[in-house]
Amino acid sequence: MITTQTLIDAGLFTLKTAGDPSKNIGKVFCCDLLSIAMGRAPSESAWVTVMGNRNTLAVASLADISCIVLAEGITFQDAELDCAEQEGIAVFTTELPVFDAALKIQELLS
Amino acid sequence: MEELLTFNYTIPGDDFTRAGEASSSVKNKLKKMGLDSNTIRKVSIAMYEGEINMVIHADGGTITVEISSEKIRMILADTGPGIADIDKAMENGYSTAPEEVRSLGFGAGMGLPNMKKYTDYMNIDSTVGVGTTVTMDVRL
Ligand SMILES: Nc1ncnc2c1ncn2[C@@H]1O[C@H](COP(=O)(O)OP(=O)(O)OP(=O)(O)O)[C@@H](O)[C@H]1O
Ligand SMILES: [Mg+2]
Repeated sequence: MITTQTLIDAGLFTLKTAGDPSKNIGKVFCCDLLSIAMGRAPSESAWVTVMGNRNTLAVASLADISCIVLAEGITFQDAELDCAEQEGIAVFTTELPVFDAALKIQELLS
Repeated sequence: MEELLTFNYTIPGDDFTRAGEASSSVKNKLKKMGLDSNTIRKVSIAMYEGEINMVIHADGGTITVEISSEKIRMILADTGPGIADIDKAMENGYSTAPEEVRSLGFGAGMGLPNMKKYTDYMNIDSTVGVGTTVTMDVRL
């Protein structure tokens, strides 16, 4: 088990907001459709997606997801980042495709 | 008589930036009450899917959350278009979500199945042209 802090320290992605860096990350999950993520993302996971809007955050927060990695150069607006910080959810961005980003997290996990 | 804690919410229609506020509010209340995180997660997921459905498909509605010692009951009522074929709506992947909400990530057709999966009891009462009431329980 790693924490969001481990992901920050690894420096793989650009940190946008740290939220609660002590949150555990036990798995990595990928999907852009919100209700699939809601139903299937494990709690305490890192969620890699290209869906960067307020609803992404609502899903992450309600499903106890620890951090969001926005792939393919997607970003949140400042209002979303403020909201993520308040919810204690770390947000990272990367130019990498979804799979490559997820693989990097998986390598940290195993 | 047993004490019942009740919370009421009015959900505006078509406001995607605020959608999920009621569910977040309930989540925070349950956290403060010290409920276990798995129970809170189930309630949060089920209520959010119901809340967002009211925003997307029914132009808003009301949510009542009743907490007793045995269960958390969520009652989501709207006066939207209703659901003609409930069995079909419950199928994984069935969705009538319009294009503009699909581009936000909605429309997988997994909301109602999630509500079923994360609750211990779910009932949909719907009349076309009148509205829909979804009742869900999570046992404590
Ligand atoms: N409150 C409602 N009023 C009217 N129709 C509804 C309501 N809730 C659900 N429906 C109908 O049931 C269908 C399936 O709902 P479901 O939540 O499973 O999927 P969805 O909302 O289309 O997509 P998503 O996967 O993003 O939730 C909807 O597309 C809609 O046709
Ligand atoms: Mg839905």
